[in-house]
Amino acid sequence: MCSLPVPREPLRRVAVAGGKHGNEMSGVYLVRHWLLAPAELQRPSFSAVPVLANPAATTACRRYVDRDLNRTFTSTFLNSRPTPDDPYEVTRARELNQLLGPKASGQAFDFVLDLHTSTANMGTCFIAESSHDVFALHLCRHLQLQYPELSCQVFLYQRSGEESYSLDSVAKNGLALELGPQPQGVLRADIFSRMRALVATVLDFIDLFNQGTAFPTFEMEAYRPVGIMDFPRTEAGNLAGTVHPQLQDQDFQPLQPGDPIFQMFSGEDLLYEGESTVYPLFINEAAYYEKGVAFVQTEKLTFSVPAMPALTPAPSPAS
Amino acid sequence: MSLQNLNWKSDKKLLGEMTSCHIAEEPIKKVAIFGGTHGNELTGVFLVKHWLKNGVEIQRTGLEVKPFITNPRAVKKCTRYIDCDLNRIFDLENLGKKMSEDLPYEVRRAQEINHLFGPKNSEDSYDIIFDLHNTTSNMGCTLVLEDSRNNFLIQMFHYIKTSLAPLPCYVYLIEHPSLKYATTRSIAKYPVGIEVGPQPQGVLRADILDQMRKMIKHALDFIHHFNEGKEFPSCAIEVYKIMEKVDYPRNENGEIAAIIHPNLQDQDWKPLHPGDPVFLTLDGKTIPLGGDCTVHPVFVNEAAYYEKKEAFAKTTKLTLHADSIRCSLH
Repeated sequence: MCSLPVPREPLRRVAVAGGKHGNEMSGVYLVRHWLLAPAELQRPSFSAVPVLANPAATTACRRYVDRDLNRTFTSTFLNSRPTPDDPYEVTRARELNQLLGPKASGQAFDFVLDLHTSTANMGTCFIAESSHDVFALHLCRHLQLQYPELSCQVFLYQRSGEESYSLDSVAKNGLALELGPQPQGVLRADIFSRMRALVATVLDFIDLFNQGTAFPTFEMEAYRPVGIMDFPRTEAGNLAGTVHPQLQDQDFQPLQPGDPIFQMFSGEDLLYEGESTVYPLFINEAAYYEKGVAFVQTEKLTFSVPAMPALTPAPSPAS
Repeated sequence: MSLQNLNWKSDKKLLGEMTSCHIAEEPIKKVAIFGGTHGNELTGVFLVKHWLKNGVEIQRTGLEVKPFITNPRAVKKCTRYIDCDLNRIFDLENLGKKMSEDLPYEVRRAQEINHLFGPKNSEDSYDIIFDLHNTTSNMGCTLVLEDSRNNFLIQMFHYIKTSLAPLPCYVYLIEHPSLKYATTRSIAKYPVGIEVGPQPQGVLRADILDQMRKMIKHALDFIHHFNEGKEFPSCAIEVYKIMEKVDYPRNENGEIAAIIHPNLQDQDWKPLHPGDPVFLTLDGKTIPLGGDCTVHPVFVNEAAYYEKKEAFAKTTKLTLHADSIRCSLH
């Protein structure tokens, strides 16, 4: 588990990545727009670089070509010797690691913002690594305060003992935005505008930090995974039912033992048989059918985030 | 059969030919339900797979109802198609091409399907084919009609709409000299498109499944009542007829330069007036509807239509009438 120290220097090298999954259109179109009109990503203390993470998948409007790029940023893939038969995304992950990393090194980018959409009703969700991710959590807090009407939720994705596998783990700090619901291959104006505004506010926050703002301690509520639930399946492994209408679109709402979770094609309801309340996320995400995930079960936790002191200005050069 | 009956039948047939209207008399015998014509439109895929294992729900006395997966390779990959869109190639040219391994997968498949359920335009073809689809657009329950003079189908659609009420059910008429396309179901005598949305590609929603299931149930009930000799008096239905397809504004590289305006998003079927916002450019400018007539947009922001250069289709609302129909067995 990585404990990410709070930055002691201004963040200068910042990237905003879209199209990690080539059919999540909001990030794709934002990056394409910024590549032509980069002024929007400039701030007084730095300029962010737009990155189209998976060009081949974007061109084909598919999630990936050979394997999920967002699961490929582990040291196993990044450090293994390249071969001509490597899956497209493994080669691409190494390229991105060169560009934005190397992961866990002093040369890595200061911050990467990763843009995603989901077919699930995720609303506005910020995905950080863990409760130790102090900088990212202060950023989430700032976004929540700037957009009170949006009901922004925080998801801490790292499971203990597991290495981080996603793009934002390559840089020294990172965050993912996950907005939904939006179908794959569709560009909705409301989701697009919201994502654009959130990116602007992320960059504003980094600039505030760079300019020497202090951020006080606060209590944060977040969701952490405790398990996953697959769809009911036949012996052959095919779907035998789907997400129950009462669970559909109820991401972040409490799920109690005895609540219906699946409806079989033959008509019966399957009920949740866990022992305690969980908070389901990514309910009926299209890309997770092949991963055997109908929804992710999470627990809600509240914890203190320590204050982030203002950067001490660098000593002025001797005259 | 007595001579009197024969004369009645031949007069009716002559009358039908003279007035160009089908007055169905023969009972319906062979019905097919197609799913997976687009492999990532999951409701039809899973309904058909379920009915292949347990077909009780779709059985009606005296009627053969065959569920069938039309594009199994696309279904396996959960993609719309492998080489080309199966739902656009059931024209006589493609159906008549010499079979070879070099043909696109879907063209070979179309010929197989034509052999099993057609041949198109012959007496042996299936009476009715229901083709099950989903859309990412907010179209609700939609029935697709290919021929505005088809009494039997207008009567069926009237029955389905009435049975589903108050749940709205819209009828989309794709009869048009150049915009009509050669659908998988067009090999049947009575082709019926069933489209339910909004549902993302690759997702199976329980509420959408329930709606499509009900549409099929009412359709089969109608056929059963018809075959039993029930008379359906003359009726009228509101339909939306395709006028024109509208593409996204694009830049010199062919990339989309504007997206469906928030005011139009999810507003399928609702009236759109000249001057109403239609697109929003990436720079924040609104592009309004031109022209001088109110239209009813459909397939607003359908994922699969970005590559077909269709942001939405304009339709005009009109009323179709059907004569009374009754099966001749009674």
